[in-house]
Amino acid sequence: MQITDKTIENHGLTKDEYTNIQKLLKRNPNLLELGIFSAMWNEHCSYKSSRIHLKKLPTKGKQVIQGPGENAGVIDIGDEDAIIFKIESHNHPSYIEPYQGAATGVGGILRDVFTMGARPIALLNSIHFGSPSHPKTKSLLAGVVSGIGGYGNCIGIPTVAGETKFNETYNENILVNAMAVGHAKKSKIFYSKAKGVNKAVVYVGSKTGRDGIHGASMASAEFDENSEEKKPTVQVGDPFTEKLLLEACLELMRDDSIIAIQDMGAAGLTSSSVEMASKGSLGIELNLEKVPCREENMTPYEMMLSESQERMLIILENGKENHAREIFKKWDLDFVVIGKTTNTRNLTLKYNDKLEGEIPINILSSNAPIYDRKFSKKKVPADKIEIKNLKKIKLEDALIKILSSPNHSNKSWITNQYDQMVMCDTVQRSGSDAAVIRIHGKDKAIAVTVDSSANYCKSHPYTGGKQIVSENWRNLISVGAKPLAITNCLNFGNPENKEIMGEFAECLDGIKKACEFLNFPVVSGNVSFYNGTNKKNIYPTPVIGGVGLIKKLVKPINHNFKGSNNIVILIGKTFGHLEQSCYLKENYSIIKGKPPEVNLLNEKNNGEAVLNLINLNLISSAHDISSGGLITALSEMSIGSNFGVKIKKPKKLTSSIEYFFGEDQSRYILEIEEKNLIGVEKVLQSKNIYYEKIGFTQDNNFEIEGEMKISINDLFKINNQWYNNY
Amino acid sequence: MNSSVIVFPGSNCDRDIAIALEKMQFKNKMVWHKESKLPKSDLIVIPGGFSYGDYLRSGAIAGKSLIINEVIKAAKSGCLILGICNGFQILTETGLLKGTLLRNRNLKFINSDVNIKVINNSTKFTSKYKSNQVLKINIAHNEGNYFTDKDHLNKLKNENLIAFQYCDINGNISDQSNPNGAIENIAGIYNSKKNILGMMPHPERMVDNLISNTDGINLFASIMN
Repeated sequence: MQITDKTIENHGLTKDEYTNIQKLLKRNPNLLELGIFSAMWNEHCSYKSSRIHLKKLPTKGKQVIQGPGENAGVIDIGDEDAIIFKIESHNHPSYIEPYQGAATGVGGILRDVFTMGARPIALLNSIHFGSPSHPKTKSLLAGVVSGIGGYGNCIGIPTVAGETKFNETYNENILVNAMAVGHAKKSKIFYSKAKGVNKAVVYVGSKTGRDGIHGASMASAEFDENSEEKKPTVQVGDPFTEKLLLEACLELMRDDSIIAIQDMGAAGLTSSSVEMASKGSLGIELNLEKVPCREENMTPYEMMLSESQERMLIILENGKENHAREIFKKWDLDFVVIGKTTNTRNLTLKYNDKLEGEIPINILSSNAPIYDRKFSKKKVPADKIEIKNLKKIKLEDALIKILSSPNHSNKSWITNQYDQMVMCDTVQRSGSDAAVIRIHGKDKAIAVTVDSSANYCKSHPYTGGKQIVSENWRNLISVGAKPLAITNCLNFGNPENKEIMGEFAECLDGIKKACEFLNFPVVSGNVSFYNGTNKKNIYPTPVIGGVGLIKKLVKPINHNFKGSNNIVILIGKTFGHLEQSCYLKENYSIIKGKPPEVNLLNEKNNGEAVLNLINLNLISSAHDISSGGLITALSEMSIGSNFGVKIKKPKKLTSSIEYFFGEDQSRYILEIEEKNLIGVEKVLQSKNIYYEKIGFTQDNNFEIEGEMKISINDLFKINNQWYNNY
Repeated sequence: MNSSVIVFPGSNCDRDIAIALEKMQFKNKMVWHKESKLPKSDLIVIPGGFSYGDYLRSGAIAGKSLIINEVIKAAKSGCLILGICNGFQILTETGLLKGTLLRNRNLKFINSDVNIKVINNSTKFTSKYKSNQVLKINIAHNEGNYFTDKDHLNKLKNENLIAFQYCDINGNISDQSNPNGAIENIAGIYNSKKNILGMMPHPERMVDNLISNTDGINLFASIMN
């Protein structure tokens, strides 16, 4: 077949990139080879626009066993235990086919984690939809939620935490980010680096079909009105087969048969074989007629580019073939030796002994293009909002508006569709600041949570980047966990646009700053560009997934009030920052000004003090303050528990609106029994932590002195109606 | 007491039930579905999950598997059989229990802690519970909407074969306390000889206060008795 300009364009390559391929190969590629270049050089696989910025992120620390560059990040949680985790996007497929797109997003991220030897113990997700009034939102929401549930429930891994947000910026481009967390023994972690020549390359798992061909290329382009036609490029998930693959792989991993293992994710057989060979500075030869196929007459081109799910590539130690084959036979999975490692440093593709293509591995990986794209910096927005110039709204009405809004309504309509209990180690299910999962058979636990703040990031990317890392850190602290490390999923628009590239670069600067200060390194992640349709880009939406450690699980702590007549303390200073707040957005549709500033020193000090108090067992409940401010956080503590509060009016600030709805950072609410007050104050004073005693818990009513009084039952109803009526 | 847990491809509550059994001092063995013999067992548990992916119909393929013939033989000789969730679905597919489990009436998967009432506490599975005791047990299923014909329903009532019914916290059995649409709020049933119990709620998830509560413990303690 003749390679024309159209063929090159259809493969998502630029003319310059094609010329470069000709130069590097010193000849024209054939169609198969062109397909392989397109799979390896697209944005999704090559990180060509993001790589130089990603290098800035802090990735090291005492707790880090493996940073970015492997299938997932690995951290040390003491004893023999390691936690392996990563977050990944599946945005484009989920918009086109919500159920399968979301389901295979979950399946893909699970494979990244168990490929490394971990048994997955928790699933999380961050999902963003367009405006609820947009005609597609309702069906996308239903499809994505049932896809996430369908996969996780069937494979039997609890889906324990997540976030769901609505904003018209996602009308034509939803976000579906899935995170998986696994537990492994430190001495039994598996990597993707091939070692040794003439080792068997084994294909295991499902058969290869024509689904998902060029999926990674699709994920590297903007949508247009013809996107619906891309439905055939969305993969189809089979959680049952993945469950078998999981058990078979873990069984084989008990001994030392495996040299290297890599799941076939984006760009399938191509990227898995190239990555393993590239890391080991080896070549790899594949005999494609041996690839188990689901459909007839599949060509080498289709086999190499298929993104059929639930497949793995393994490089086996000599003499281990029969042993490994037996295990996969037991689980009724395909097991075929399809090639071997070589010393040629080439990717060599044969079909019935006929050479179909041959490309030097280094050209595909290290010679992949890198772009230092132009970017523009964003000024801090100067708009100030003067409350006194706005139409007056009663405190109670404003709170009701927030609690009944789509973004703040109780999400049990979603979380009840996920099995949160399977595996019987879920100590804290969704609905709290972070989920808590016990390490199986031990008395320690991890806390996990995901966060994003697209409005803040849009308004000022640097501050927004800092804020999400800090909020994630705070959420882990609030359940009594020491924050250890994060994974990030960076969802942005078109990187060829210098403002978007600026949003990316500056968000990363903010993330870097906060991660460094808080000793909270990035160990894995994923970049998703080209989120937008017809030149309309989404808000910059970096999503942070954090993991923390609870060394000794004695009394789990969450945000529900535990009794009446307990003292309520507010940690951290309240300035009343209303710009970019949920209060202005929900009540006045005003989205203006700069996001709240994060003082990282205060963040660290306040967080460490709260963690210290929790460890001393002096706290009954804890909650961080985020979107919606102090009053929203207080009402969440009440709604979950049936205990109300009586809060004093603020003395210092003139406006109670600013006091109660301001979104100042680094703040927590703590509930403390009277008998523990002295101990608590001693710790806070010795650490110079700013705190206020703001009131007491009580039965039945949620009350702000002189401003409002409402029953917990009513608050509960207000908070629980939106999803059921949607 | 010896117990066996049958493991099908796609079972995913097998580890959870094994841990609960061991905690309650059962000598437990896991039995792979391809095996043709059962170890000596006083109790056989068919655990929850998605056997064979549940792609045909929940429990349909497992109901025709090699090992299930052994389970049927054991059941006929009086061995105690407990089917939880997918295990209940499989038991209805084998005919050991009558009726069927339809799709939940809201057409969604439901995971939630629900209240169920112990209807008959004079069986080998429930003797440690009080009569009409209200338990809080986790459910997690797509197809838990129990249905059976009129004759069988009458038989269930007349012969006291209803094990549990969904209720509210005070024990009231109403449509509002019915999570999935099951006929007469039925959450679990026995066969005529009361040596087979099928139930949708997961008692093995309720044996540890740190995770949930201990309302499931007495089910295992009753069997042990």
